[in-house]
Amino acid sequence: MVDPAPLWAVAVLPAVLVLAAWATATVDARSTGPGREVLRLLVQQRRITRAADIPLVRLGTTLLPVAAVLAAAVLPFGFRSVSDLPDGIVWFNAMEALAWAAVWLTGWGPNSTLSLIGGYRFLAQGLAYELPHMLAITTAALGAESLRVGAVVDAQSGLWFAVWMPVAFGIYLLSALAMAFWGPFDQPAGVDAAGGAAGELSGVDRLLFLGGRWLLLVVAAAFAVPLFLGGGHGPLLPGWAWTVLKTAAVLGFLLWARRRVPTLRMERYMELAWVVLTPIAVAQALVVAVVVLAR
Amino acid sequence: MVFRFDSMARATFALLTALLCVGGELIVLGLDYLGIATVLMMTIEMAIMAVFMIMFMMNPAGLMPMTMIHNKRGAAVICALSFALLVVGILLAPWPRRQGRAPADPTMDLGMSLMGPQMLTMLTLGMALFATIVATVVLATRRGRYDRFGDGLQDAPPADPVRGGLGR
Repeated sequence: MVDPAPLWAVAVLPAVLVLAAWATATVDARSTGPGREVLRLLVQQRRITRAADIPLVRLGTTLLPVAAVLAAAVLPFGFRSVSDLPDGIVWFNAMEALAWAAVWLTGWGPNSTLSLIGGYRFLAQGLAYELPHMLAITTAALGAESLRVGAVVDAQSGLWFAVWMPVAFGIYLLSALAMAFWGPFDQPAGVDAAGGAAGELSGVDRLLFLGGRWLLLVVAAAFAVPLFLGGGHGPLLPGWAWTVLKTAAVLGFLLWARRRVPTLRMERYMELAWVVLTPIAVAQALVVAVVVLAR
Repeated sequence: MVFRFDSMARATFALLTALLCVGGELIVLGLDYLGIATVLMMTIEMAIMAVFMIMFMMNPAGLMPMTMIHNKRGAAVICALSFALLVVGILLAPWPRRQGRAPADPTMDLGMSLMGPQMLTMLTLGMALFATIVATVVLATRRGRYDRFGDGLQDAPPADPVRGGLGR
């Protein structure tokens, strides 16, 4: 059972997420890390394009890290989460959907062609990844017969869901990359569109947006642990240590995948998602449903 | 907000804010699942709707000032009047006291009272709506399978302007 964390955890959660994102970015950069870039962005003057819709840009850039932190509220650290909502899985999905709105707003706001293209690319990407993604997380909820993240963790005290739902786990990892528009799915902020949705951002706006993307990646990777990798369950070590280890492993895999796989064009992933991933996700859910019914 | 905003993007996201508030109200009523599902569905829906609204409006860029409404003054009067009417109704209506206790799972009870006796109707309706969506898309699509695979459906691979990801 997942216990509620003390109230101060609400204040600590964003700091922990930022630290984790910082560490991930440092490992990914294979050098001194993002410190100098963060300082540069903090002191940089904002560049404002002509006829920009500034409130929408501000809203979009702020919404991205906020959505990531809110999604992390249901994330159990060991066996404690800030709030173990009865519908935690739906909550997570709803918060990541806010990222759709955030990226589109950020792309739309600056009144610039390339950033607009980036924003629309993310909507296309969202349509491609969301359906298999929803089916994958629903499959995990189905295996635990509950939408509560704590119950999903409890159901994996014996066998991890990743073992007997490998297809759902694989689809989840793919969509975790797509959700954070990162690695092979970085077309919405791609170099071919001069930075895409982030192209016109500078200063603090850029820091919030790109930092929010790292937060989203960390949260998406960390959510794979309670959903498919048994949460804090494991021998010898305490629950929190297992959570950290497993999250680091998932993040390490995603970093590795980024270096191995080139950027995917969205229409190619769209066809793959609808023609291959969605049917096999439905088949996986069917298998799990039959097992649950027969249990 | 519709009276204030002159861009379709802002109006869309003002509407999304209103719908998110509806989700919040559902959560306050104790219907957690419905509230969160409303937030999820409305966010995705409005994001997609923004594409269509901007695609089909007169001013595609949407950044030039334009008005969203006709008969601005009349509409404002109607809005103000109906708002006042609703507020008066809320304040003056004799609300009944709560009888009994809230059920353990209000979402389940709401679902049973809404759908319980009419499950067959709802399922039929759902299938009919889904069939309508599929039929509309099939009718609206410009390139059908005969355009892709030729008159005898014999051409492989199909003649697509943009190739998909599977090499079909």
